[in-house]
Amino acid sequence: MSEITVDLAGKPVREVNRLLHDPLNGVTTVNVLNPDGAHNIAVGVNEAVKVEIHGNAGYYAGGMNKFADIVIHGSAGTGVGENMMSGSIRVKGFASNAAGASAHGGLLVIEGDAGLRCAVSLKGGDIVVDGNVGSFSAFMAQAGRLVVCGDAGDALGDSLYEAVLYVKGKIKSLGADAQEEPMTEADFTGVAELLAKAGLKHDPKSFKRIASARSLYHWNADADQEY
Amino acid sequence: MDPKNTQGKHLSLEPSAGYDRKTIDYIQNAAAHGLYEIRGLGAKRALPHFDDLLFLGASLSRYPLEGYRERCVTKTILGTRYASKPVELDIPITIAGMSFGALSANVKESLGRAATAVGTSTTTGDGGMTNEERESSKILVYQCLPSRYGFNPDDLRRADAIEVVIGQGAKPGGGGMLLGQKINPRVAKMRTLPEGVDQRSASRHPDWTGPDDLTIKIQELREITNWEKPIYVKVGATRTFNDVKLAVHAGADVVVVDGMQGGTAATQTCFIENVGIPTLAAVRQAVDALEDLDMIGKVQLIVSGGIRSGADVAKALAMGADAVAIGQGILFALGCNSETYVQGGEHHSALADYEKLGTRPGYCHNCHTGKCPVGVTTQDPILEKRLEPDVGSKRVRNYLKTVNMELTTIARACGKQNVHHLEREDLVALTVEAAAMARIPLAGTQWIPGQEFGQR
Repeated sequence: MSEITVDLAGKPVREVNRLLHDPLNGVTTVNVLNPDGAHNIAVGVNEAVKVEIHGNAGYYAGGMNKFADIVIHGSAGTGVGENMMSGSIRVKGFASNAAGASAHGGLLVIEGDAGLRCAVSLKGGDIVVDGNVGSFSAFMAQAGRLVVCGDAGDALGDSLYEAVLYVKGKIKSLGADAQEEPMTEADFTGVAELLAKAGLKHDPKSFKRIASARSLYHWNADADQEY
Repeated sequence: MDPKNTQGKHLSLEPSAGYDRKTIDYIQNAAAHGLYEIRGLGAKRALPHFDDLLFLGASLSRYPLEGYRERCVTKTILGTRYASKPVELDIPITIAGMSFGALSANVKESLGRAATAVGTSTTTGDGGMTNEERESSKILVYQCLPSRYGFNPDDLRRADAIEVVIGQGAKPGGGGMLLGQKINPRVAKMRTLPEGVDQRSASRHPDWTGPDDLTIKIQELREITNWEKPIYVKVGATRTFNDVKLAVHAGADVVVVDGMQGGTAATQTCFIENVGIPTLAAVRQAVDALEDLDMIGKVQLIVSGGIRSGADVAKALAMGADAVAIGQGILFALGCNSETYVQGGEHHSALADYEKLGTRPGYCHNCHTGKCPVGVTTQDPILEKRLEPDVGSKRVRNYLKTVNMELTTIARACGKQNVHHLEREDLVALTVEAAAMARIPLAGTQWIPGQEFGQR
């Protein structure tokens, strides 16, 4: 068990990423001080290490993360946890657009609100947002789950594939092919588990389930019917 | 006159230019199906192209090299701007990005083996990286596409270069498309899609919009791969001058410009034929952009879209490209549109299967159906066996070797010891259109439309 601290004040982000990509030799926690909104902090981490970012992060914090548990003690810019494969990322503040874009696995928790296109193109990861999510969230999401404890903006779940969305608050509008469906026991259990992992207290019974109506899966139902 | 008309009766058979047989067929097909046509390959319409340029060989004012004996260098280095490990190719002819899904795993393996044999690179596509192609390719370019299907950091780290795809020449502004019949279990799993859905990939990247964001995205990819790998940015040719400048500003090591003749495995015909600009026009705009930014020799340019022969490569290089990428030419080399396929060392007729698709060899563009009669653009377990990697890799290797020999033949005739020494001054245009687009003088004149005489 050992801890390292990198102070990014006046230093390029390369410093922290090089450290995280090199063999960690028993280092279990890396503290990042003065991130000052730098982009691409802790991207491409491939080790089970804790990364504590003490401040606001810029774009793509924790991008393509594998195995690491990353905490941002501040807000995160666009694309936090984009293409995450495994591990976890927790944003204590707010997250900007495209949070968890195309994430294949792992857990992204946003304690504040998330901006536009949260969970866009999601491919298997789980995202829990304690606040609201912006418009076009879960656009073209293919697999995985998005839990929204606040409200959702316009066009939620537009062109959804097999990802499932759970929303506690109001949904301003659903996108093309998204529909509300009855919650099953499996949904209640799943939401309860995700909320527990995220450390958030909400009643699973208060969530709605949104999934794909699958009417866009095939080009045109009438195609090839000759007239 | 109609041969059956034995009565000597006057028959009026005046064709309409606006409503010719092709147009009438299009309208009636639309009326029957209520759905636009989707097809494979690229633009079929006649376009100003490299065919409309000619080389001025050496003569009294220039000194040629012996066609066979004298050395003519083809070595090509891409990614010298920021990457610590640039890509080194033996020839300036690369294999363009084509997806596993659009192509079978056998084909992807064939391309890797052929590219490796001639010392060039091959490229993944909108379906992720397969082990077959990674293991068979010495130099593999990994595409980062809007869909991000199968995109993952492990494959990123084992790639030799990364290509951020903004668009492709066949459909600038459109995302990928793979119809349900080609989404077999393996393809579905790699793309995280339900089996059999008609897949329409995103047309925009999920986590960035615009060139300023792209700058940060490119930095992310560099950070993840420790600044080792060249990063290419690929654009479909439209506003090429501006797009190339923005790609350079965003930090690309290499810009790939794909003209409208570029191929596709499935796109709406109206899109293929009506969106984008010809490769000839695009290459000139791209080179102008690099010259404008003083980036010649710093950022490399790859040109694709309708490159078929060594002459096409030579012309692209003379106009300022550092390398070319070939897609459709490679498919034809594999046997696309051939009457036969080779299986177990024997030629077998594929004519009946073309017939079933309502077409014939030489006209087929049914890549989108997955029923490729010669096993190239298919995921069908029986059809895909019609392309054996041993045969496919040999044919592609032969084709690339031939194209490269043609390239050096022309370069030597122009007196160049290195194919990269070919220059615009070596070219003249055959048509006014080509002269205007490429800004190369019309043959026998110094005239470039839109410019004062004598200005280049």
